[in-house]
Amino acid sequence: MKTMNDTKVLRTPDEVAKRQGMWLTIVALVILYVALFALDNFIKPSKFTLMLIPVLKKGAIYSLVCVSMNLLNGFTGLFSLGQAGFMLIGAYAYAIFSIPAAQHASVYQYFDGGAIQFSIPELLGNALGVNLGSFLGAVICIIIAGLAAAVFAALIGIPVLRLKSDYLAIATLGFAEIIRAIFQWNGLGVITNGSNLLRKYTAFGDMKIQLGSQVFKLSTTFPFLIAMIGIIIIVLLINSSYGRAFKAIRDDEVAAEAMGIDLFKHKMLSFVISSFFAGVGGALLAMFQTTVQASAFMSAMTYEILLIVVIGGIGSVSGSCIAAFLYIACSEWWLRFLDSGMLPFGNIQVSFFRDGFRKVVFSVVIMIIVLFFSQGIMGNKELSFAGLIRKIKAKKATKAEKAQEGGAA
Amino acid sequence: MSDTILKINDLKVNYGGIEAVKGISFDVPEGQIVTLIGANGAGKSSTLRAIAGLVKPSGGSIEFRGENITGLDPTSIVTKGITLVPEGRKIFPDLTVVENLKIGAYLRNDDLTDDLNWVYDLFPRLKERSWQEGGTLSGGEQQMLAVGRALMSRPKVIMMDEPSLGLAPIIVRGIFDIIKEINKRGVTVLLIEQNANMALKTAHIGYVLETGRLTMSGSGDELLANEQIKAAYLGT
Repeated sequence: MKTMNDTKVLRTPDEVAKRQGMWLTIVALVILYVALFALDNFIKPSKFTLMLIPVLKKGAIYSLVCVSMNLLNGFTGLFSLGQAGFMLIGAYAYAIFSIPAAQHASVYQYFDGGAIQFSIPELLGNALGVNLGSFLGAVICIIIAGLAAAVFAALIGIPVLRLKSDYLAIATLGFAEIIRAIFQWNGLGVITNGSNLLRKYTAFGDMKIQLGSQVFKLSTTFPFLIAMIGIIIIVLLINSSYGRAFKAIRDDEVAAEAMGIDLFKHKMLSFVISSFFAGVGGALLAMFQTTVQASAFMSAMTYEILLIVVIGGIGSVSGSCIAAFLYIACSEWWLRFLDSGMLPFGNIQVSFFRDGFRKVVFSVVIMIIVLFFSQGIMGNKELSFAGLIRKIKAKKATKAEKAQEGGAA
Repeated sequence: MSDTILKINDLKVNYGGIEAVKGISFDVPEGQIVTLIGANGAGKSSTLRAIAGLVKPSGGSIEFRGENITGLDPTSIVTKGITLVPEGRKIFPDLTVVENLKIGAYLRNDDLTDDLNWVYDLFPRLKERSWQEGGTLSGGEQQMLAVGRALMSRPKVIMMDEPSLGLAPIIVRGIFDIIKEINKRGVTVLLIEQNANMALKTAHIGYVLETGRLTMSGSGDELLANEQIKAAYLGT
């Protein structure tokens, strides 16, 4: 073999695997979106889809929120528990700017119709037509939601990010609780509607697209689209030189500082970006639920998200996504039968399958995962088509080698 | 003979009420290997940490090529060309060898190929293991990585905090050979060591630190021949 070309020759299969992996990913995504689009428009609703669709929507939302938490906890090593607080800010920011003007009187009935009297999706709807208007309006409101969360993160980041490990966790947790209390305060009622629900804003059901004379629904496709864009941005960030600096800070703060990495600046960047996407996730959750109330964004929600991150693997984006869908599917669908008093097959009654038993089983499952799969599903590895191709090729190569050895012997 | 690249003037470092460095002054001439030797708690590491900007000195001044850099943040000090190889190596265990090296050049925006090749040239071992995670390397390899990582910032002055810590004698010899090699390429080296023998043999100039004060200075050979030093640090 020529030594000159050695490195090139060695690298080519890797690049081939990368390219093939990219194409496979694109194909898989196209198939996914075609399936989602079909689910929204052509497949008749049945008992099955009635369960499947909400799980898919919520799973997509939780994927984004978990990946954003993973950016902070898994990749930057900042143990923050403020996720529910930032989601709350996002959810409210989204809802407030997208309640149609005519509905203000009924939504803000205790606060004389509230202070904000316009709706971005409605304004755009008047100019561009209802469907395009609500779509673009929702996107703009989602971005506003993210920005609102990011601004809050920047403000509290200044004092809070000087803390380390557990102290940071406690401070951010406290912040989330304070936010929840403030949003329920009557003094801010003209904006937040106090402790009452916000409702009648643009939701997933309003996401439609007009092609020619036909109107297609995007109710399930939309959350996937937004979540995917968010996750792609986070992945690009993690793989950039900023991401490398985040990981360096996670591994060893002193060494990172000695290499000239500005600790505060990078921690702040990670915190603000993570909060931005938590805010976006909050907005999507608001769209999913069609009503929003501050009292729902309790610290239990943060723990739920943290749990998903741990189950998926701290430091693995694909792990977070897989775990998010699994977790949501288990808690909202697959383990439902435990509350119903019946086994899912046959007609057998089980006396202890009562309301709440699902949570008991669920807790046991989680304990088993945490005890025996402490690395989570993925550890800090990523699932990718390129990696799979590489693995299959490596296996083939060793097989061929063995066969050759056998032949030689 | 050569210009002073680093001038330390009456440097003091406090931790709470404890004075770790009690006003030391010394010069580091450009292109030389300078070593600070001393026992535990003599203030060696504190001196380096103060120069690197990791702790703020409580008094005195640090000049780099005539410019006062006292109390600047680590980012600007690395940008100026002073890099620290921290004590105990402190590589990034979950990053690959290449990623570790690239972090060393984090503040640079230009092409890294030449520097990567130089580091791989100095440490062929690192090239073999470039895709391995830093934490899976042996102690000696981690030290190589820590030195290589510091070199990636293209330093004018490289400061090393006990590079021989916890390494087998034969590996230590290798590390000191590399230090000389780096110095030959024009990088000034400021080295602190407990292994006084190796350090003084390698260095052009040596300073002895005792409980926060400089007590002796001289060329490496002079100090090696000094009876007091022999008794206190060389164990002969």
